[in-house]
Amino acid sequence: MFQLTIAELSQRLASRQCSSVELARHFLERIARFNAGLNAVITLDAQRTLAAAAAADARIAAGKAVTLTGIPVLHKDIFCARGWRTTCGSRMLENFVAPYDAHVVARLDAAGAVNLGKTNMDEFAMGSSNESSYFGPVRNPWRASLVPGGSSGGSAASIAARLAPAATGTDTGGSIRQPAALCGVCGLKPTYGIASRYGMIAFASSLDQAGPIAKSAHDLALLLNAMVGFDARDSTSLEREPEDYTRALGQPLQGLRIGLPKEFFSAGVQPDVARAIEAAIAEYRRLGANTVEVSLPNMGLSIPVYYVLAPAEASSNLARYDGVRYGHRAAEFGDLTDMYERTRAEGFGAEVRRRIMIGTYVLSHGYYDAYYIKAQKIRRLIAADFAAAFRRCDVIMGPTSPTTAFELGSRTSDPVQMYLSDIYTIAVNLAGLPGLSIPAGFDAAGLPVGLQLIGDYFSEARLLNYAHRFQGATDWHGRMPQAFVE
Amino acid sequence: MTWETVIGLEVHVQLSTRSKIFSGAATAFGAEPNTQACEVDVALPGVLPVLNAAVVEKAVRFGLAVGSTINRRSIFARKNYFYPDLPKGYQISQYEIPVVQHGSIDIVLGDVTKTVRLTRAHLEEDAGKSLHEDFHGMSGIDLNRAGTPLLEIVSEPDMRSAAEAVAYAKALHALVRWLDICDGNMQEGSFRMDANVSVRPAGASALGTRCEIKNLNSFRFLERAIDYEVKRQIDLIAAGGSVRQETRLYDPERDETRAMRSKEDAHDYRYFPDPDLLPLEISEAFLAELGASMPELPAQKRERFTTEYALSAYDANLLTASRELADYFERAAAGLTGQGPKLAANWINGALAAKLNEAAADIGASTITPRALRALIERIADGTVSSKIARDVFDAMWAGEGDADSIIERRGLRQISDGGALERLVEEVIAANGAQVADYRAGKAKAFNALVGQVMKASKGKANPQQVNDILRRKLT
Repeated sequence: MFQLTIAELSQRLASRQCSSVELARHFLERIARFNAGLNAVITLDAQRTLAAAAAADARIAAGKAVTLTGIPVLHKDIFCARGWRTTCGSRMLENFVAPYDAHVVARLDAAGAVNLGKTNMDEFAMGSSNESSYFGPVRNPWRASLVPGGSSGGSAASIAARLAPAATGTDTGGSIRQPAALCGVCGLKPTYGIASRYGMIAFASSLDQAGPIAKSAHDLALLLNAMVGFDARDSTSLEREPEDYTRALGQPLQGLRIGLPKEFFSAGVQPDVARAIEAAIAEYRRLGANTVEVSLPNMGLSIPVYYVLAPAEASSNLARYDGVRYGHRAAEFGDLTDMYERTRAEGFGAEVRRRIMIGTYVLSHGYYDAYYIKAQKIRRLIAADFAAAFRRCDVIMGPTSPTTAFELGSRTSDPVQMYLSDIYTIAVNLAGLPGLSIPAGFDAAGLPVGLQLIGDYFSEARLLNYAHRFQGATDWHGRMPQAFVE
Repeated sequence: MTWETVIGLEVHVQLSTRSKIFSGAATAFGAEPNTQACEVDVALPGVLPVLNAAVVEKAVRFGLAVGSTINRRSIFARKNYFYPDLPKGYQISQYEIPVVQHGSIDIVLGDVTKTVRLTRAHLEEDAGKSLHEDFHGMSGIDLNRAGTPLLEIVSEPDMRSAAEAVAYAKALHALVRWLDICDGNMQEGSFRMDANVSVRPAGASALGTRCEIKNLNSFRFLERAIDYEVKRQIDLIAAGGSVRQETRLYDPERDETRAMRSKEDAHDYRYFPDPDLLPLEISEAFLAELGASMPELPAQKRERFTTEYALSAYDANLLTASRELADYFERAAAGLTGQGPKLAANWINGALAAKLNEAAADIGASTITPRALRALIERIADGTVSSKIARDVFDAMWAGEGDADSIIERRGLRQISDGGALERLVEEVIAANGAQVADYRAGKAKAFNALVGQVMKASKGKANPQQVNDILRRKLT
């Protein structure tokens, strides 16, 4: 059952071949069996899950089901879900129980999806390896000594190990796509503004975007249909006509123009990653696509720009965790300032503290123009680079990550090396574009390689079709780590 | 040496909206602590602000009323600092580009009108309230006020005395109430003033070092705080010292200002545009619509009152202290001719103002409707009662005894204008006051007035005084 796609599971539920409660139990059992070795799921509430599953069964019986009714979904622990502990991977929120639902959660609930639990993540989504979580690192299902990527590492690892058919993630600089690539699953970061950020704990507001992680492009489309939509509570939420993201699935790729940015294939890419990507591009050519070289000249600046803007926003977004109203508060303190200092020193891990300090610094009087303003200007140049590229192609393709999964602890002492993990994904967030990572083969060590597809604004339906057609011609997305096959 | 005082004011005007500036929670004053703070106000993880459109409308109305530039695009920024009653760790405010820029307000001091220029007016949210008294060894936090919409109105340093500052503050207070954008309730903190005060030798062009006196919530405190601060600064400089730029608090108990923090410990607020809020864009259509719906402003109304009703500038100024008062006057004066409107103004600014003052109430609390006042004025104009008797009728009306006509009838206060009745009264008085009659005839003009007084007394004040004069003069010659 764990190998089935959402569409297949939905079909079984509709034909009463299984119930939602059975499905929920099945995945809860898999979590019970495999999670100890992965640490991908950090909060379970079987009672709530089974109650939601029972409600879904009643809805199916009443003939009011939609595609996702009864489908178990794991939520990255950045999404508030009423009554669920919501930690954001931090000691600061270790005991925080959300009194309300994130819009994305509420929409999935409304579709009848069943909340299966909350997944581990880098603390406040700051990280590319899931090692900054207060709840310990997540391990890569393909090899336990490796990282799963981050920050949505728990969600990606869960899908790779088939602990759930679907999971939510968020992507600020690659946090859906990079772990999807390192875990050999599919992940989509939509156009900024189509999924509401309400109830999604903020890291860098102008970059954060929710998206689905699943086994196939088709599943991503089904999840995206439920997750996105206008929300008046998020001022950056776009008011658009609803789309059916499955509508383009199956369209031929004849004449598709694939842009290959020369900057994506330069030195620094692991050679067998490059080979896998080239093979995937060759497959696209066989499907009727043409390729054209494009250039994103300012892409090299995306990491420095990102590490000015994201920490700047984060330093302000995380100011609310002050020990006054909720969350961690130091047990002993002197005066008010001491309370703040101890609370925040204890409540935040090293990476979060580092980024708060960077952000505070770049916003400081005298540095603001040199850093923040300048970074904003370059951000516009990066978006302009993409606009120019999309005049010559329909989609940009390249590796999601320069390497496959790396050893736990191998980059923790060198933040800059860690930040380079996101070199191909960050520019997409800075421009607000949609990006997708799908499995595209393996490296010499047998670790999954992710192919990134970047589209123009609102091109999710087309992007998903490009991925879907690839998945019709290949079976990389169907591979899973042997240890989790029963 | 003579000194010149330079004052600029920053006024926080609470905009009277039902819900908060960035959340749907209610803004009503006086609720139990933390009962009017929703998940957004408490700054739970993941919540986001959404701008309340009513707030923008009120800010723009203010800008239009003072001749400001309305910026078609303004930006909300985050002002970052830690304080327990600031839930997000930042205040959302407008920094580089405010919604309202420039403009001016005229103030009237005696016969002199002076123009105070405005720098800007920007939208921002209020913080919560720290309660230090009720908890032993701890502080309480009430977030009901957090997110209350404020318009911070900043003036240029155009005022030269505490009296001018008070006149400006009062004019601004009257204007925001006039525009119905603020309830003006100073006790509840709806109108709070910060005064930037400096002194310089008379004739100097450079500004002296200023101190900012924070959070003054009455015109009297504003005046006293400035007066104290001016003297403090002059004494300091005269004694060879110099003023330190700092923030000070006024202590009304001791009538003095005290240093709160100096420029050196000023925060670096790390302002940056709030990525959760898009730039505020104001369309021409929205502006045009608001422009068309603007009420007649106090200055326009003053001008019209002097031409249309032939009122003095003084009366017109008093009557335009609030829109309610001006409306009251116009309703009372409706249909009155000749001296009627002037009489209405006199009654409102005189007897009625005294009654309201006594009751510490405003015009809305008047027990006499404008129409009832007009009926009384009509009875004065048509000679039914004298002005003096009208005062008694007015008092009875205030006490709720009915309308002017019924009071006049019931109490028999109708003026005696019947020639025959008056002749008889005059004859009786002449007969009974031989000595005074003799005095008058001997050339003592004062005796005449005494005789008029006697007639009035005999008529219980109801005799028409002009007729009494005429008859008496005729009879005595």
